[in-house]
Amino acid sequence: MTSELKVSLWRGGQSGRYQVFSVPQRENQSVLDVVTYVQRHLDPSLSYRFACRVGVCGSCAMTVNGRPRWTCRTHVSKVVKNNGLEIGPLENLPIIKDLATDMTGFFEKWRDARGAFIPTKTRQHEIETIAPGSPARLAVNAAIECINCGVCHAACDTVRWNENYLGPAALNRAWTLLNDVRDGGNRERFEAVAASGGCHACHSHQSCQEYCPQALNPTASIAGLKRRTAQAWLKGEIRIRGRESKA
Amino acid sequence: MIARTARHQDYRKNLHRSDLLWLAALLHRLSGLGLAAFLPLHFLTLGLAVDGEARLESFLRWSDAPAVKIGEAVLMFLLAVHALGGVRLLAVENLAWHEGQKRNAVLAAVAAAAMAIVFLVWIF
Amino acid sequence: MNVSLYIWQRATAAIMAPMILMHVVVIFYATRHGITAVDILARTRGSMGWGVFYALFVVAASIHAAIGIRNIVAEWSPLDDRAAGIAAFVFGLVLLGLGLRAVAVVTLP
Repeated sequence: MTSELKVSLWRGGQSGRYQVFSVPQRENQSVLDVVTYVQRHLDPSLSYRFACRVGVCGSCAMTVNGRPRWTCRTHVSKVVKNNGLEIGPLENLPIIKDLATDMTGFFEKWRDARGAFIPTKTRQHEIETIAPGSPARLAVNAAIECINCGVCHAACDTVRWNENYLGPAALNRAWTLLNDVRDGGNRERFEAVAASGGCHACHSHQSCQEYCPQALNPTASIAGLKRRTAQAWLKGEIRIRGRESKA
Repeated sequence: MIARTARHQDYRKNLHRSDLLWLAALLHRLSGLGLAAFLPLHFLTLGLAVDGEARLESFLRWSDAPAVKIGEAVLMFLLAVHALGGVRLLAVENLAWHEGQKRNAVLAAVAAAAMAIVFLVWIF
Repeated sequence: MNVSLYIWQRATAAIMAPMILMHVVVIFYATRHGITAVDILARTRGSMGWGVFYALFVVAASIHAAIGIRNIVAEWSPLDDRAAGIAAFVFGLVLLGLGLRAVAVVTLP
């Protein structure tokens, strides 16, 4: 007789309740398999997100037993407690329904941190040669594999406490662009991350680095931003703009 | 098989808060708050000497009590842990990234506690 | 917290690190060499060196603590950034006032 998992799933929006389901336990089972089983066999009204199922898209991130993780890459046997699992949507984002969150705010912060590449050359120019071993390129390499899954954003205390804070993912991306020698947007980027709610709001709790499924280190990227913006500000290269706080 | 549902509530799942670096950050913040609350009292006490030694002296004799001495050792711990934790943060933010943050956080707390205990023995 | 507040807070922290070490040494020394009011004041009264040292310490601590309080109020209370800034500024002034007064009282002859 197969044993059964007691799986608590969040139902509803920002206010709701946990609903408990019994799911057959298998030897090889990811948390995503469990959620999928519930939706297909027990309650088709359950809402959740996934896409690739193999750990390259970041869509299936949820809170599992209190920690934000990719559910497709979390083996049930590694997280099960007393034969049970508690699964909810990612924190620090508005809940659409059940296990699905609204990522709009996450991407707005990406935009606000100037996390987009600003080109300086056209096809008429020579291709920029970038030495793979250059310090700037190495800094980019260490931080570039972010797939915007939102786990770091969900894990961050400062995101939770400070609604103006741009967050580890947006700041990490800003850092990679700062070190991209082809990019021409650094002045605006400095000012974006030097303002209130920018990189200096980070307290270096390192939860982002602890939970990132890609083993990235936004704490280190943000430390780099702190150093560079401090130097730029002391040299008078940037002005701080106020960021309106929502009362 | 669908079992019962729990009571209606707000989704405010507290993240698993036994992470060591979270505890270090909390200790840093609370020790700073404690020191900030203590400082005005410290300044007012020293200011008692404005009219001569008598009022300062009577306060100092009150502070001879063992309970107060323990309180002083606690304050020394707060000062040391806040300063050492702060040095750890300055290192994270200004030096090249180095591993061992959890170890450094533990070392800071242990060193601060040791110093406070030495102080307690010293003043008794 | 922006780049300007950050620099002030980290700079005052760096300045205070060695000052705290000195202060701890002073505390250990004083507790063995007499901490009656007469003993303390005999060491501090008329000492320009200690006056300057502790005046600087008070200034740095007032700035550092005010910015720290600002962060805590902004993040942990319902007050917004502007209100937190005002509260912190007032607190910093209180510390500065009480602190410099204390330094003056114990070091001026």
